[in-house]
Amino acid sequence: MKFAVKALSSGKARAGVVHLGSCPSSIETPCLLLSTRKGLPIFISPDLLSSLPSPDSNLLQFSPLHLEGASSTLVSSGREVSKRCVNIGQEARWGDTTPNFDSSEGPSPKTISSIGGLHQMVGLHEYGFAAVARDSIQCLPECGSTNKTGASFETPCGRRLIKPVEYMEMITSMKPNLWATLADEVPAWANNKRNKTSVDRTVKWLDECIARSPAGGAVFGSIVGGSNIEERKRCAQEVAVRNVSGYWIGGFGLGESMEERPSLLNAVTDNLPKDWPRMICGLGLPEEVLQGVAAGVDLFDSAYIYHLTIGGFALTFPLDRTEKIDYNYQLSDQGSDRTKINLRATVYRKDATPIVEDCCCYTCQNHTKAYINHLLNVHEMLAQILLEIHNTHHYLGFFRSIREAIKEGCFEQFQKKFVQSRREHLAADVVSV
Amino acid sequence: MALRFEVLGRFNRARAAQLTLPHFACQTPLFMPVGTQGIFYTQWHFAYIFQVSLLHLADITEKGVTFQSPVDGKPMLLTPEESIQIQNRIGADIIMALDDVVRTTITGPRIEEAMYRTLRWVDRCIAAHKRPHEQNLFGIVQGGLDPVLRYAIGGLAGGEDKDSFWRVVAQCTAALPEDKPRYVMGVGYPLDIVVCSALGADMYDCVYPTRTARFGTALVPEGVLKLKHNAMVNDTRPIDPTCACMVCKNYTRAYIHCLVTKDAMGSQLLSYHNLYYMLQLSRNLHSSIVEGRFVCDFLQKMFPKGDVPEWVCNAMDVAGIDISSCCSS
Repeated sequence: MKFAVKALSSGKARAGVVHLGSCPSSIETPCLLLSTRKGLPIFISPDLLSSLPSPDSNLLQFSPLHLEGASSTLVSSGREVSKRCVNIGQEARWGDTTPNFDSSEGPSPKTISSIGGLHQMVGLHEYGFAAVARDSIQCLPECGSTNKTGASFETPCGRRLIKPVEYMEMITSMKPNLWATLADEVPAWANNKRNKTSVDRTVKWLDECIARSPAGGAVFGSIVGGSNIEERKRCAQEVAVRNVSGYWIGGFGLGESMEERPSLLNAVTDNLPKDWPRMICGLGLPEEVLQGVAAGVDLFDSAYIYHLTIGGFALTFPLDRTEKIDYNYQLSDQGSDRTKINLRATVYRKDATPIVEDCCCYTCQNHTKAYINHLLNVHEMLAQILLEIHNTHHYLGFFRSIREAIKEGCFEQFQKKFVQSRREHLAADVVSV
Repeated sequence: MALRFEVLGRFNRARAAQLTLPHFACQTPLFMPVGTQGIFYTQWHFAYIFQVSLLHLADITEKGVTFQSPVDGKPMLLTPEESIQIQNRIGADIIMALDDVVRTTITGPRIEEAMYRTLRWVDRCIAAHKRPHEQNLFGIVQGGLDPVLRYAIGGLAGGEDKDSFWRVVAQCTAALPEDKPRYVMGVGYPLDIVVCSALGADMYDCVYPTRTARFGTALVPEGVLKLKHNAMVNDTRPIDPTCACMVCKNYTRAYIHCLVTKDAMGSQLLSYHNLYYMLQLSRNLHSSIVEGRFVCDFLQKMFPKGDVPEWVCNAMDVAGIDISSCCSS
């Protein structure tokens, strides 16, 4: 992996370029990692993935815990072999109970190695994979159960405790382009003692992971510290002296407020060398992403697109950075926050226009709001597929405008204006209702 | 007439033909994926067939069918005229007459009533059809054999035993005109399609490939492969090494195993493979009829021990096809 900072805006926001072995083109940063489940997008089929803008869409997030294999330890027995949790769209349905010889375990690390690793297994040879244990959608850190032997996560198949040795076994077999070391993340309200322990433990596990590091992948050292500025600084300084290729910033999106976040982020990034990339998990919303960019973060994974999609929402906020014309209030705007529309609403039943008029994504080029409204009403999976395509496309566009603003040296104004215009719409709604 | 049906080859009663529709040209025998509620696989290009699939038949009178709306549960009346009106607006290449559908397993005067009513309704559909040069109206044969514009064989695929099923298909195809396509609705399993094609049917539709995919079952030349089974956990082979689809080219059974019934992607990948399999089956049937080597290949792969079911043997007898090389007894 190669990374270089190309431009700085006022403050600490930076535009850069990352090059990964498997991707034919370099990817510009700040960039969005697309969420996956077991290596493939949640809804977008592999043949439609190529309809997304490239190379922006070539970097995928992945959690080794998605492929629960024999290595991770079953902590709670909340799972019976004969029951399965079926997640299709937003409906969780229990599959029929079948005899014990059916299962849905992931392939073992040995099998994954024999297939040739993650890229081979999921058939995405020209994509880049970033492996992180935490996944804000379905692998949530459970600090209460984490102990000195390993990190605990809540997953759709129960609570899993994963030890550094097991984690590295999975990383070695999967061969992602880059991966984060195992971390002990605590929520913002953790007490000081627990927080301090999490920093010590994370650094210890970092060393254990590096010791078992496979050749080829780029290791990102994990940094935690909760909502304590001193601990954040301490952890960053510890990790900064380790032999890593980048930094993964954990523990955010776990209860800290918008107001306290910037100083916590800065406490980390101020203590990291400028030349290595910084990746973060848990900053999903546009305003949160902007905070991350302002603090000098380069790579983001976000659960925002997933939650929008399963809720039936489509992103519509304007992407162009020119002065906005006076917004004409329309009936269909009632109740909307001008950033997204709820395609389940009856007002779209006969709307034969695309989600966003000049959007060139597959969904907007081929389908109308009325069709998606119909699909949602009859519970067809195609709704989620089309929405995930549009929402991903749109959010990638948002990241593109961030990069443009940085290169033009006006990121601070971009951030201010973006946040301001969102608040203005809220105020306007209050007045017009 | 908005279609052209040109027979390119025969094998006794089986026909291999070129079917040209306003939006699409294809070859028969042809399997058509079912898109209930208007859903079609996004990357595939189809001419559309529209059928009214009545989920909950409440009441049938001479006027039409009263049923429960699948959206809000309110009672709705659908008349033959209205069904044609709707289909004219949707613009499908092939549209269906509204029929008074009864299962072939029912006995008594109801069958005769349904047959005559279906004929009267077909006449009303023909009269109401405003786009005969762009859309082909298929009439549905319900227990009767009188000529209509095109021929669809309905009322089957509903749980009757295989022996009755193939006999009805054989009877219909024997009596219907040669120069028009015959569409057996709701069929079905690959074996059923092979038998019906041998008896002279041309077009099929069924939810089976996609429905079985959602339950983790893949269609393969040997029959079915249950991807949920524990044995698949570390199986690094593709679903079907002879299949050229995107799924078999890129994914192992092990990977699909961990997706099926848990992730939407599992359903998608398996549906993709199963539909590809059915279309490949259609292609193979067409070329094997043209090349005169129909049926035996398929039966040998599915029944390597020669245990071909009796109903299949009986049907092939009537179709005049010698499958003794595939049968052990």
